[in-house]
Amino acid sequence: MSELASLDNDQPLLVAEGLAKNYGRLPACRDVSFALYPGEVLAIVGESGSGKSTLLQLLSAQLAPSAGRVSYRMRDGVLRDLAELGEAERRFLFRTDWGFVHQDPAQGLRMGVSAGANVGERLMAVGWNHYGRIRDTASTWLERVEIDVGRIDDAPKTYSGGMRQRLQIARNLVTEPRLVFMDEPTGGLDVSVQARLLDLMRNLVSELGLAAIVVTHDLAVARLLSHRVMVMKGGRVIETGLTDQVLDDPREPYTQLLVSSILPP
Amino acid sequence: MTAMIELANAEKTFTMHLQGGVELPVVRGVSFHVDPGECVVMSGPSGAGKSSILKMIFGNYRCDSGRIGIRHHGEVIDLATAEPRQVLSIRRSTIGYVSQFLRAVPRVATIDVVAEPLIANGVARQEARERAGRLLRRLNIPERLWTLPPSTFSGGEQQRVNIARGFISDLPILLLDEPTASLDAANRAVVVELIAEKKTKGVAMVAIVHDDEIRHLIADRIVDVTSFAAAA
Repeated sequence: MSELASLDNDQPLLVAEGLAKNYGRLPACRDVSFALYPGEVLAIVGESGSGKSTLLQLLSAQLAPSAGRVSYRMRDGVLRDLAELGEAERRFLFRTDWGFVHQDPAQGLRMGVSAGANVGERLMAVGWNHYGRIRDTASTWLERVEIDVGRIDDAPKTYSGGMRQRLQIARNLVTEPRLVFMDEPTGGLDVSVQARLLDLMRNLVSELGLAAIVVTHDLAVARLLSHRVMVMKGGRVIETGLTDQVLDDPREPYTQLLVSSILPP
Repeated sequence: MTAMIELANAEKTFTMHLQGGVELPVVRGVSFHVDPGECVVMSGPSGAGKSSILKMIFGNYRCDSGRIGIRHHGEVIDLATAEPRQVLSIRRSTIGYVSQFLRAVPRVATIDVVAEPLIANGVARQEARERAGRLLRRLNIPERLWTLPPSTFSGGEQQRVNIARGFISDLPILLLDEPTASLDAANRAVVVELIAEKKTKGVAMVAIVHDDEIRHLIADRIVDVTSFAAAA
């Protein structure tokens, strides 16, 4: 239901206009423009060095663009230029309204503190202070990401790679963000673990009506998770469209090469 | 236009960049319409472009020129130029596609695979599951299999799960790509019945069927795809 309502929403959640980033004389990202709508999952695909991770950092305000801008619709309905937000507003985005799932869970988790604290920390950052409620909510989220609640007091450094990644997802989603950025979320995992994680992410995204921007070099991930895809090469978006359209009927030489390089299952 | 689907001079060419940019013309001048309650069957030999046309009507293949008018929520939208968001909205509430093969959804129980299109359109989970169960029973999928993911099923069973998923919703347009290909006589008869029921509900259908007997049973009109051949 939430997916249905949000996909019919006509106001974009995030708008990129003419985004560019140069590292010295090297253009890492050139003239990227698009709009992302609530509930929409966009995949950014391309090989290493295509500029997709730079783009993700620009979109999530972790990197300042050399040109262009990113605007985001705040919860009051007003579309605001990210570069002009005050510190409190930025903090609200990073701690509450956005999630960021890193390829390496160690970057998104605190490896030495308990799983429960990893999830609870995001809640405390937005003002929760009742220990029992925080612990209950953390337990619920561990269950949702299929982690045995009996492991709530263990630190993620004792977890397997797949569990760490699921914990990172729980930590991000507990504050009910509207937008989640994911950088190669299944990157370092075994194939069998990947399938479980993808299935879990797919369900959570549709149940919560989340918008997401997923950077991946794996077209199978794009196909399973995303509605729309942008193909990047040399810092530019060279092809964009509905995911199944781009993957089943690729137009650009480079996209055809990517698609034809997938090994048959 | 009162038609649910109206194609006018639709054209499709594949450019194979990895083969030195070879142009592979598939179809051109594709023009036909489908009214509510009508099943149009495309005929023509393998390679004539039937599946490509079906995929163009679903927005899976892009249309190079011409028009693919789809009646969606009372207005006509040209799929050839529609935004991705519009295509998604059309797929959710107007066009269903029954392909030959189930695209496996890992770990999801058969009954939920079938019920999902209803849930996506706002039907309560319990009711959606009941309707899914009725359809699976009609298609002779034993109840003990309903809680298992269909990825472990035989080809024929998977196809019937796919048919159940395709027929469960109340979408006004259905595209059928060889819906009876690997089914036995009893299950073919069920599919023919399901198609007849859709017709009485005013659903517009486009089908590809190779079996002559089935074609006679379901076709209201036959469109010969060879006339759209794009001679290179």
